[in-house]
Amino acid sequence: MEVLLALASAVLYTAGIYLMLRRRLAQLIIGLGLLSNGTNLLIFTAGGLTRAHPPLVSATAERLVSPYADPVPQALVLTAIVIGFGLLAFSLVLAHRVHAMMGTDDVDDVSRRR
Amino acid sequence: MNLLVLPILVPLATAAIMLLAPKRVLAQRWIALAGSIALLGSGVALFNRVEAGGIHAMQVSGWPAPFGITLVADLLAALLVVAVGIVAVAVSGAAFSGVDPRREAVGYHPLIQILLMGVSGAFLTGDLFNLYVFFEVMLVASFVLMALHRNLAQLEAAFKYVTINLIASSIFLTALGLLYGMAGTLNMADLARVWPSIRATGMDTVLAVLFVIAFSIKAGLFPLFFWLPASYHTPPAAVGALFAGLLTKVGVYALIRIFTLLFQDGPTSLVTLLLAMSASTMVIGLVAAQSERDFRRILSFNLVGHIGYTTASLAVLSTGALAGAIFYVLHHIIVITNLFLVSGVLLRLRRTTDIGALGGMHGQQPLFAALAMVPIFSLAGVPPLSGFLGKLAILEGTFAAGAYWVGGLVLVVGLLTLLSMGRAWADGFWKPSPAEVKDMAAPGTPLLIAIAGLSAVTVAITFGAGPLFDVTSRAAQQLLHRDEYIRTVLGGMP
Repeated sequence: MEVLLALASAVLYTAGIYLMLRRRLAQLIIGLGLLSNGTNLLIFTAGGLTRAHPPLVSATAERLVSPYADPVPQALVLTAIVIGFGLLAFSLVLAHRVHAMMGTDDVDDVSRRR
Repeated sequence: MNLLVLPILVPLATAAIMLLAPKRVLAQRWIALAGSIALLGSGVALFNRVEAGGIHAMQVSGWPAPFGITLVADLLAALLVVAVGIVAVAVSGAAFSGVDPRREAVGYHPLIQILLMGVSGAFLTGDLFNLYVFFEVMLVASFVLMALHRNLAQLEAAFKYVTINLIASSIFLTALGLLYGMAGTLNMADLARVWPSIRATGMDTVLAVLFVIAFSIKAGLFPLFFWLPASYHTPPAAVGALFAGLLTKVGVYALIRIFTLLFQDGPTSLVTLLLAMSASTMVIGLVAAQSERDFRRILSFNLVGHIGYTTASLAVLSTGALAGAIFYVLHHIIVITNLFLVSGVLLRLRRTTDIGALGGMHGQQPLFAALAMVPIFSLAGVPPLSGFLGKLAILEGTFAAGAYWVGGLVLVVGLLTLLSMGRAWADGFWKPSPAEVKDMAAPGTPLLIAIAGLSAVTVAITFGAGPLFDVTSRAAQQLLHRDEYIRTVLGGMP
């Protein structure tokens, strides 16, 4: 499972960086989104995967016994998703304004017609 | 209430109060000024507490470290929060001279307070993930301030700024994920404790490089600074002043924190990397400044070059050099904020900051020219002003630590700074005014008062350099002997 998630994260990073190197703003934004999701997956995977053991104290036990899933990476990912979503929405609006003013979303055109 | 939360809560509360009066612009200005003065007051109170009683830590909601989030102020953080307060008062005071009405109507003042909250929070947090969150708070506020633009050049600059900062954030977050996977903690004091075990795995270099890249983008170090001169000259002067004064300094602060807390004992290649990046930043920043004809672009490149000063003396990792670096950061926050406000006056007077079209200021605006002299010559490093003293402190520190080439480079770059700022003064202020130019408008009394206030702070740093340097020396000792920090954070409830 770890290998699979690590590969998925790697693919997201690669695709994200590739898209960010393209000239069009729309591709750049999709790239940003992929990159932030790749990062989220990486945090989740690097924190260690534990299946079917929620971090809950069972009715019969006094305290949490291992193995249990570490809740911190999930909390970190949740925070990162919220922040990433907000930033993505913001950059979409920004790109929309560039497009509305310029009629193009090609980065080179934007620089040339400045 | 604990003093540590005040510098974060005060701007947040100020912003919230302002949102209750969304259309009443004049009321918002007064609330912003009052909030900024309260922020300065809480910063000074916090500094007094830390100065008298040593490092001060607080476990938020009573969760003991390293499980909860810790707020912690050592002398460095407290000094920087005071500087944030001073910049806040100056910028919100300058707003009385008038802000673009469209901008003011859509939340200019609340956004500035949110930005200040992010900066103070970044200085005061003791947790790396929390640092990331405060970075984002600060960035989102700065994105919106930057993007409230009409013309295309500004919009293009905003897009560059947003993209590069999002990339930096992703790199930072990647490093955090990997670090948590290995260390199982993101509390900085706890990380300092377990760092030797991470070094044993050999993965520390990978993490360190990721952190250095992320923070160097924010701080504006070569080869990652090109976004800064491409964007900082476009927003209105007060916003530029806030960005130039504070945002890059947060990157520098993060570098100081992780280098003293985690990377102090190596790997040595990392220190070499930071030295090389800082040296190139200084030289390239100031050489590029020579070729510029626009006052604000000259300032941007000077800003970049001087960030190199502080990180180079950080990389020396000796008490003297670090004390000089902290002194220089404080001086630089005040002076560069002031200079961007000066550029705002130039814009009001002549509608341009091209130094070729300026001149004749001493005849037409003698008071403004006299006030602007202080930050210009202070940045240039002319004795006896604070810039000269900061460079002297860095020189003494680096030479005493045996880093002669760093000191030598600081001298050469100092000469280049003198050249570029001297030319900005000679062409922008001193040369005869081009014949056809008439003063377009009054410079704006509140703006002049803000500039006068910041110039007075610069003069105060100059006269109070002795006591201030004692404090920065103690701050440097606290940073390099990290036991007190670790003990205070992890030592249980305060």
